[in-house]
Amino acid sequence: MSWITNFLTSSIGRKLLMSLTGLFLILFLIVHLAGNFQLLKSDGGQAFNEYTLFMTTSPLIKVISYGNYIFILLHAVLGITIWLKNRKTKGKTSAVASKSADVTWASKNMALLGILIFAFLMLHMGDFWLKMKMNQTNMIDYGTGPIKDLYENVYNSYSQWWIVIAYLVGLTALSYHLWHGFASAFQTLGLNHRKYTPVIQFVGKAFAILVPLGFAIIPLYFKLFIVD
Amino acid sequence: MKLTLKVWRQKNNKAAGQFETYNVEANEHMSFLEMMDVLNEQLIDDKKEPVSFEHDCREGICGTCNMVINGQAHGPQKGTTTCQLHMRHFKEGDTITVEPWRATAFPVIKDLVVDRSSFDRIIQAGGYISVNTGQAVDGNAIPIEKDVALKAFDAATCIGCGACVSACPNGSAMLFTSAKVSHLGLLPQGEVEHSRRVINMVAQMDKEGFGMCSNVGACSAECPKEISLENIARMNREYFKAVLTSDVK
Repeated sequence: MSWITNFLTSSIGRKLLMSLTGLFLILFLIVHLAGNFQLLKSDGGQAFNEYTLFMTTSPLIKVISYGNYIFILLHAVLGITIWLKNRKTKGKTSAVASKSADVTWASKNMALLGILIFAFLMLHMGDFWLKMKMNQTNMIDYGTGPIKDLYENVYNSYSQWWIVIAYLVGLTALSYHLWHGFASAFQTLGLNHRKYTPVIQFVGKAFAILVPLGFAIIPLYFKLFIVD
Repeated sequence: MKLTLKVWRQKNNKAAGQFETYNVEANEHMSFLEMMDVLNEQLIDDKKEPVSFEHDCREGICGTCNMVINGQAHGPQKGTTTCQLHMRHFKEGDTITVEPWRATAFPVIKDLVVDRSSFDRIIQAGGYISVNTGQAVDGNAIPIEKDVALKAFDAATCIGCGACVSACPNGSAMLFTSAKVSHLGLLPQGEVEHSRRVINMVAQMDKEGFGMCSNVGACSAECPKEISLENIARMNREYFKAVLTSDVK
């Protein structure tokens, strides 16, 4: 094996890949949330649909989005292989659950949370991305030619309670995943410092609460105030 | 004080192993090991096989008295080895579960004794400083910043007991290996072989079948010497640096 494969298959190398892909996905969440907030504008979806047009036609966004899909898959596949290997290296677990403080539930259940998030992503992508790709979206014209009315798809999805609840469950899993994952990514990179680590941990926890909350507001707002 | 003990009994590495329940009369001044001694004397009197467990210094520095007590490595008292854990931390009538270290890389030899030679091989892979000739230089002749010296010393307090591996839900040896890498690498004497050391020790750690760190922090929480997670971060960044910038393959 060359030094590169040695590096990337070593325990620390694999964790580096988890950390870097995780941090990329954290950045993606910010962009995604910022875009989604346009759904809350009371303009019948014009801003959101124009934004959708840009996101689906810009070549730069196309490259980034394919990178994003690859990183999600890499993060998920690598995460699962690490989890399976760690189960083997742990072998028998203690008969009594440890009560040691400073250990969060999230940190011990990252794989479970990740699987939940992945299942949620499948639902989410199937609902919007796939329907759009399969041209199951109506067209709307704001005077600049017909564009896809994704806002209508969002409206239809979020008028169903089961979808709203599935989103809330998925976002709760995301919140817990970030509760550990955000700061953990920095620790894996070797960024642990008495001055910066408390700041990273604080920002991580704030991020883990605020970002999923921001996403959750949208389906709830649709269901409670726009649809009903 | 009357106690009920559930102790892991396992004949050898091949046997399955199971919990056996014993009643023991101890007093609060005893250390946990002295309480185990009482149990063994009782078993010998009853013509039964005593419980095998490791112990040596009984003053908290040798790292052999390894037991998982009620799910925690070295028991409930923070920053304490089993031998320094006293029975006053338990109550009359308590049921205490005693197990060996739990990790595939630490196979059980018998009862509570596990084979920790995987740690020895990690040390052999680079956990040393080569002094090939002459006398060691007078330590005080080499200026070292106080904060750095303290960090190196904190890392050096690791007694290599393996509590970190047992506490870790992944069975990872990152806290142990990183403590050794830090304690040697932070000092000028150890810096010379630093790149080679970190690459070789990590490679050996992986080869021994330890798990991958997911920054849970149970290792540091249950470490009798309270080794900090800072060491793991340090080893990670030193590993990246060594792999990416040194000539070591």
